[in-house]
Formats: sequence, C-alpha cells, structure tokens
Amino acid sequence: MKNLFLISYLDIRESLRSKWFYVYAFVFGGLMGLFFISGITDSVVMGFTGLSRLLLVFMQVTIVILPIFILITTVKSISGDRESNILEYMLSFPISLKEYYWGKFLGRFVTVFFPVFVALLVGVVWGLFKGGAIPWGMVILYSLLILSLCLSFLGVAFFISTLVKSHDVGLGLSFAVWILLLAFIDVALIGLMMQNRVSDGVVITIAMLNPLEAFRIGAIALFDPELTVIGPVAYYLLDTLGHGFLMLYAVVYPILVGALFAFFGYALFRKKDLL
Amino acid sequence: MKASTVIVDVENVRKRFQGATVLDNVNLQISLGDRVAMMGPNGAGKTTLVRCILGFYHIDGGRIRVTGYDPVKERVEVLKSVGFIPQLPPPVKLTVGELLRFVERSSGTSAAAIRKKAEEMELDVVKHSQKPFFKLSGGMKQKLLIAIALARRSRLLVFDEPTASLDPRAREHFYEMLQSIDYEHAAIYITHRAEELAGLVNREIYMDLGKVVDDERI
Repeated sequence: MKNLFLISYLDIRESLRSKWFYVYAFVFGGLMGLFFISGITDSVVMGFTGLSRLLLVFMQVTIVILPIFILITTVKSISGDRESNILEYMLSFPISLKEYYWGKFLGRFVTVFFPVFVALLVGVVWGLFKGGAIPWGMVILYSLLILSLCLSFLGVAFFISTLVKSHDVGLGLSFAVWILLLAFIDVALIGLMMQNRVSDGVVITIAMLNPLEAFRIGAIALFDPELTVIGPVAYYLLDTLGHGFLMLYAVVYPILVGALFAFFGYALFRKKDLL
Repeated sequence: MKASTVIVDVENVRKRFQGATVLDNVNLQISLGDRVAMMGPNGAGKTTLVRCILGFYHIDGGRIRVTGYDPVKERVEVLKSVGFIPQLPPPVKLTVGELLRFVERSSGTSAAAIRKKAEEMELDVVKHSQKPFFKLSGGMKQKLLIAIALARRSRLLVFDEPTASLDPRAREHFYEMLQSIDYEHAAIYITHRAEELAGLVNREIYMDLGKVVDDERI
C-alpha cells in the first residue's frame, strides 16, 4: 500500500507542475469568475435564480468540458509513459503492477476532481457572500455527481491508456468516445426517434446507458425535480424509476462504468506486455 | 532470495511479436560472479531477452527464473535483486529529489548512498535536487541512473548500453566504479563495444536471429 500512495503522491506532484493542470484549473476557475462577472447569479432563466442558476450553467459547461479534459490528459498516463520509456525505468523497481496502476489512478483522480470541486466551492462561498440561501443538499449531491462523472471518464481513459501502445492513437480514441457520448445525449437519439427506427423505450435505455446523460439527468433533477426541462421523457423516467432511484442511478451508474473500465484496464495492464 | 548461485535461469524461451519470432528457444544460465557482455547485431533479441528477464514481456514458451522467482508473477521479489540502467535516460518528469525519494521508498536504497555514488562520478545531486530529471543534460541523467543502480547493491545488474551518453572521462569513472563493486553479484551488459568492457567481463554471449549463437567464458 505504501507504494500505491507513493505513486499517487508523485503523480500529483508531477501534475501540479504540468501546463495542462494550470489550463484545466484556469478553465474551471475562470468560468466561475466569468459567471460572477456576467451576473448569472442575478439573472432569472426558466425560473432558476441565484446559486441554482449558477450551478445549472456550471453543470452544462461541465458536461462538455470535463470529459474531454479528463480523457486527453489521462490517456497519456500509461501509454505516454510506455512510449517514452518512463514505464520501463519506473517499473524496474520493486513495485507491483497493482500499486503502480491504482496509484496513478488515485493521483489522477485527485488532480482532475479537485479543481472542479474547488471551483464549485468558490461559487458556494460567493453565494454566501452575496447573502443568498445556500442549497446545501443540492451542493452535496452536485459534488457527488461531479465525483461520479470524474471517476467514470477516468476509468475509460485508463482503459484506453492501457489498451493502446501509442499516445496518438489513445488521443484519437478519446475524441471518438467523447464525440460518441455527446452525440448520444441528443443529436443521434433525436435522429433515431424521428426516423421511427427503434422504439422510444430503446432510445431512452440507450440514453440512460450513457454516463453523460445519467449525469445530466441527475444534475437537472437537482434543480427541477419534475424534469420539465427535458420534456415528455421526464414522465417516463419518473414513472419508471422514481425521483429517489433516479438520483441514486445518476450517482452510482457512472461510478460503476468507470470502475468496470478501470478494472478492464488493469487486467490488460497485467496480461499484456508492459512495453 | 531463494538459496542458489544461479541468478538467471532461462529455459527454452520463445517470444513472438506479431508473428515474427524474436526469441527462439533461448537457453541461458547466469550465476553469481558472471559478468556477461551480451552482443549481437540490431534485432538479434538482446533487449527483448533482457526485458523478458525483467518481467516486462510475457514469454510465449519456456521458463525464466530470476533469483528463483518468476519475473512476471513474482515481479516484486525479482526486482528487489535487480539494478537496471536503460540505454537512454527516460524523460522522467519528477524532480531529482522526488526521483531519489521514489527509489528510497520503493527499494529501500538510501538517498545518501545514491548521493555518494553520484559524487564519485562528479555529479552534485543536492545542487540539482529541485530540477526536473528530464531537464538535466544527457550525461548527468545517465550518471544519476548509474549512481542509483550501483547504490542499490543489487545481486543482478543489467546495463543496456550504459555509457552511450557519457563523455570519455565519465566512462572512465563508470568503469572504475564497476571494478570497485565489493559484493558478490552478476552483471549483464548489452553492448556493441566489447573492447570497452575488456577486463570488466568474464563471459561473452553472442545472439543472432533470436538465438544464442555463442557463449564463451574469458
């Protein structure tokens, strides 16, 4: 175990010196700043005001930016080290593959989750400063949803990272995964439904198998328990799953997806040639 | 370590990459006291064999034991006894201080011992401890890797063209340090320059087309 924490500590230290980390932290911190400057907390759109409105916008931005940031920065963690022979040297020391892989995973989780979480906390502090009521339940659940989304895409990224030999192929695959999942939030599903090729139930099932959609539905449900924003599908979801189970699903399902891919990645890491 | 003077035992090892045979029924035993120059043309299988010995590759057939352990299934036990220097220093992003900490914590080698070995090669580790390893010059990086490998006092030392990025003076220091190793060990030097290792090695192994074609004691 001590080597696992050593690897994660060193990975965090390495990330804190990387340019990508500063861009990543700046994007989320900067966005939060932009929200304050643009007065989102004072605006009223579709009935959402104050901190709820800010969190709603933050959620929409998170859906697009967070997955691709996690994928492109994490996918190089094993494949990049393999390509540059860093893996060969680091694994010539008596460290088990389990400690190395999961240590890297833990380190990367800390570096991708905390900037977003801290940006969220800054928003909450801003809300306190402005004197508004803090929806603590919403903040905690939203933090859990972000954590769940981070773990989901970290798992996918580590799987890709161990699957491919080349960093460039890993990047290409990451973009393909991102585009596919984004497309299946709306565009591709609407296309399928309009052409009546498959039943509505199948389309909704496909949508709910997408961890991005699970995050989106969960996040929207925080602000709008009736899910009126997403239209008639809301009735189907709420009738079938109920609000409580829907929230549980939105938090747990992406974590399961991430864990499954991370374990597949670990199995590949152990079974395949390391170099 | 399991009681044996045989450090590396390679039996009928086969390794294929995408259908091409890279190691073809290789048999080899390296015992304590053996200092082996492993030679052969590019693509002969030298680096592949060493990577199999270090547990980086899964072999397609045969058996490898290092200090009595399987390098893939019992890699931690194997690597406790191995010091490795790659051909080219990898662009490790850790600072020199962090790298020493990693070595200290993972292998139990004290940072002081590494600093002492580095000083013997005229490298001041303390001065560079905050610098990322990859920003050191090629020679400095190689000196540090050599210092780490020698400070570990490993039973098996594996060097893949270790002097490739060293100037002649540093090479001299390196050879002197190898000659002054004061404990029983075995060493494998992958090299194209056998003449430089004269006096250091007591065995020469030639590989070609994935086979050991000559194994000569000097």
